[in-house]
Amino acid sequence: MDSGQRLPMAHRFPDSPSSDGDNDVFLPDGSPAPVSEFLQELPSYQSLLRRKTSYYGTIERRRSTRQLKGSLSVDPSTFEPASEVMMTKPLRECALSMQEKRKLRDMQKLCSQYITGWSQWKQSSWNSCRKFKEDMAEFFCHLTLWRGNIHNIEGKFGTGIGSYFSFLRFLVILNFVMFLLMFCFTTLPVAISKQGAFNSSNIIPSLADSECTYYSPGGYGLLYFYSNIIDLLSGTGFLELTYLFYGYYTIETVTFYVFNYSLPLAYVLVTISCLLLSIAWIVKRAVNGFKQSLVHDEDKFQSYCNKIFAGWDFCITDQYSASLKHSSLQYELKTDLAEERIRQRKQKRTRGETFRIYFFRFLLNIIVIGVLAGSFYAIYRATVYSLENSNTVSGSNADPINLLVEYLPSIVITIANIVTPLIFESIVRYEDYSPAFEIRFTLIRCVFVRLASIAVLLISLWTRITSCQNQTCNLCGYNYKMYPCWESRVGQEMYKLMIFDFLIIVALTLFVEFPRKLMVTYWSSKLVQWWGQQEFEIPQNVLEIVYGQTICWIGIFYSPLLPAIATVKYFIIFYIKKVSLIENCRPSTRPFRASSSNFFFQVILLIGLVLACIPVGFGIAYIPASKACGLFVNFTTSWEIIPTVVKTFPNGLQKFIYVIASESFAVPFFLLSCLVMFYFIALAGAHKKVVEQLQEQLAMESRDKLFLIRRLTEVHHIKV
Amino acid sequence: MGNKQTIFTDEQLDAYQDCTFFTRKEILRLHGRFYELAPNIVPMDYTDDPDVKLPMQLIINMPELVENPFKERIVQSFSEDGEGNLSFNDFVDMFSVMSEMAPRELKAIYAFKIYDFNTDNFICKSDLEKTLNKLTREELEEEEVNLVCEKVIEEADMDGDGKLAFADFENMISKAPDFLSTFHIRI
Repeated sequence: MDSGQRLPMAHRFPDSPSSDGDNDVFLPDGSPAPVSEFLQELPSYQSLLRRKTSYYGTIERRRSTRQLKGSLSVDPSTFEPASEVMMTKPLRECALSMQEKRKLRDMQKLCSQYITGWSQWKQSSWNSCRKFKEDMAEFFCHLTLWRGNIHNIEGKFGTGIGSYFSFLRFLVILNFVMFLLMFCFTTLPVAISKQGAFNSSNIIPSLADSECTYYSPGGYGLLYFYSNIIDLLSGTGFLELTYLFYGYYTIETVTFYVFNYSLPLAYVLVTISCLLLSIAWIVKRAVNGFKQSLVHDEDKFQSYCNKIFAGWDFCITDQYSASLKHSSLQYELKTDLAEERIRQRKQKRTRGETFRIYFFRFLLNIIVIGVLAGSFYAIYRATVYSLENSNTVSGSNADPINLLVEYLPSIVITIANIVTPLIFESIVRYEDYSPAFEIRFTLIRCVFVRLASIAVLLISLWTRITSCQNQTCNLCGYNYKMYPCWESRVGQEMYKLMIFDFLIIVALTLFVEFPRKLMVTYWSSKLVQWWGQQEFEIPQNVLEIVYGQTICWIGIFYSPLLPAIATVKYFIIFYIKKVSLIENCRPSTRPFRASSSNFFFQVILLIGLVLACIPVGFGIAYIPASKACGLFVNFTTSWEIIPTVVKTFPNGLQKFIYVIASESFAVPFFLLSCLVMFYFIALAGAHKKVVEQLQEQLAMESRDKLFLIRRLTEVHHIKV
Repeated sequence: MGNKQTIFTDEQLDAYQDCTFFTRKEILRLHGRFYELAPNIVPMDYTDDPDVKLPMQLIINMPELVENPFKERIVQSFSEDGEGNLSFNDFVDMFSVMSEMAPRELKAIYAFKIYDFNTDNFICKSDLEKTLNKLTREELEEEEVNLVCEKVIEEADMDGDGKLAFADFENMISKAPDFLSTFHIRI
């Protein structure tokens, strides 16, 4: 390997700045020296050259290889530092041609023969460990669900839509894992012990003769066939007393040989651990996008550099998608330029105009709040009506009208979720925000509607369960006349929401999207063509599935097998959405960026999860457990089992747990975390300042450099 | 794919595995793709490292590249002679750098080369104009093209020389959120 264009040292100018061997900026005597030629001699330029020269890009590597070449015949002990330096960066990450990498590798192998025993063993074990990890990664990669499908979608529609499908896949896996957890720790012991394989003791309610314990779900005996279908859809009847709902779990302990397995304890702990597992997994997935979005101001990079250099999706292989991408990039750039003009116009806005705009926005926000309040009130009334008028106990639940009444909350919520985004989209256009902010603001409003409608439903449920006329609540703590087993009832509501959500997605795809495509293809009326083909709206689709997942999390305590239903539901939805995408949709003209997509999905999911934890926590710790069914008949609340179990621990452990749970520990811990947080915020601020200073310095250095080179050229010309 | 003993030696496959982000199977598959481009020229037996180069025209017609506006630049950046003729080594190298496992720094180096149309190791305004025209298929007006190029230089140029050196480019790419997800080719 030749050592590149080394300049003759004899032609050094006497009054020039000194330089070490690598920083020669001089030319051989006699040749003309315009400024640009000097620039080409700079080491920063040379390091980018890939081929004929052998500058490897870092001075260390250069030194190490020279060291190697020089000392191949010499002392082996000098090789250790060289090989260690080369191992800091794996070969595959070097920007060299394949030939050079292979030569480097051969050289590495050669010098590895001279390494002493310990380093050799370290190196070879490190290599084999790495190879093993790669083989395992390759193996697991093949096991990834739907790899080929998502690959195809990305190729045709871009990585933005591909990330939606990866998100869907993540939810399938998450639900499946939660199902496995719940199943193994709660359903399986109950099922096994009901078969009589192990000794198990049933729950013996202590208030055996009280009115609170009266609970008889209907649905047995001779029924019409279609009532079974209705029961399937509403979770009542034959489904009510199955593993699906909380009410069926009545075993107290299962004895595995010597080990006593307390089922109530397991039930509470598994629910909490499922939620914690979800939190941990989602946060882990969100961390990458989090770092980027938090550190860098997004608005700045929604624009030009990102679009030009990272705008073209290199995955696209389809001609139609490529032309769409071209048009969307064009559209984006034109929008950005228009936005720039608007921004300049805004700066010239007079005070009167600003005042008018703010007043207008205030009015429109009031309208938005009005719309929200209206839809929440509608949901509340629908829930109350449904709870009062649906007959779940008597035999008249075979009536389809009754089914409609039972589904009323779900219907109203779905209508609200479809109509309010349209209203918001049309309102936000009058508010005169920048297009990027418009999209985000509408999205925030839609998220709020989705999640708040579930909250309203739950609040209405809660008020019905815990409020009773004539002080009947004091007997059992909840409205035992209407809801003897209120946990199963809540579970049923969640079950109904989930089923209905699934049915709506299927129905919308089959009965709206397909006909729309057919109409647009075969009917060339102007109105139809203006309506156009369906666009795959990523934000709305994501909100749909996050909504479904939030319901699953809320229902997990009341209906342990709900994650299984969610898994199947999302599995089917994947294929439905994929077919719909390929057949019906054209890619959106307003592209949704892949990077912010991932972070956005995880954040929305996290919000949904946090919101879901509130009702679950409330239900476990605050509302009295029902005395008529389930695992906690002998406790006032479901949470009470934990203190009961803690009391059976040895004294030392008990004290320790009490200390951790007390205020004297929590308050200092909270203060400490605040301190740590402030420290990191201060550190980030200091780093930002340093970065700014370095940027200024860099600009100054560059000006120095150009100045010096210009002077050099002048001096060179004078001398010549 | 074929029996690996007849295409590459074990030693060669190990070398490829160390020097790229591909596994043995993927390298053999890549060889299959390379062979398909020109079955008459590319030998099946690579054990003696034959020096076979395919012209640019064949490579840019591959389905993975054919719709890419920068296909010629990509192939030229990875070819040894700068003309776009790729040997198998260069071919594997190209897809290795463009694969999803390559780190951002490595991709940034090659992205810089790709967008540097006149290969003067600076992305100057004319390079930007060519990039923009390739991206939008020349449907933007001249004034708009000018504006956009000025904005890009304003955003990314740190040392104030009116064009992007590699340091500027790398710094800007490290802040561009989409780069890693869009700058990859699946094969």
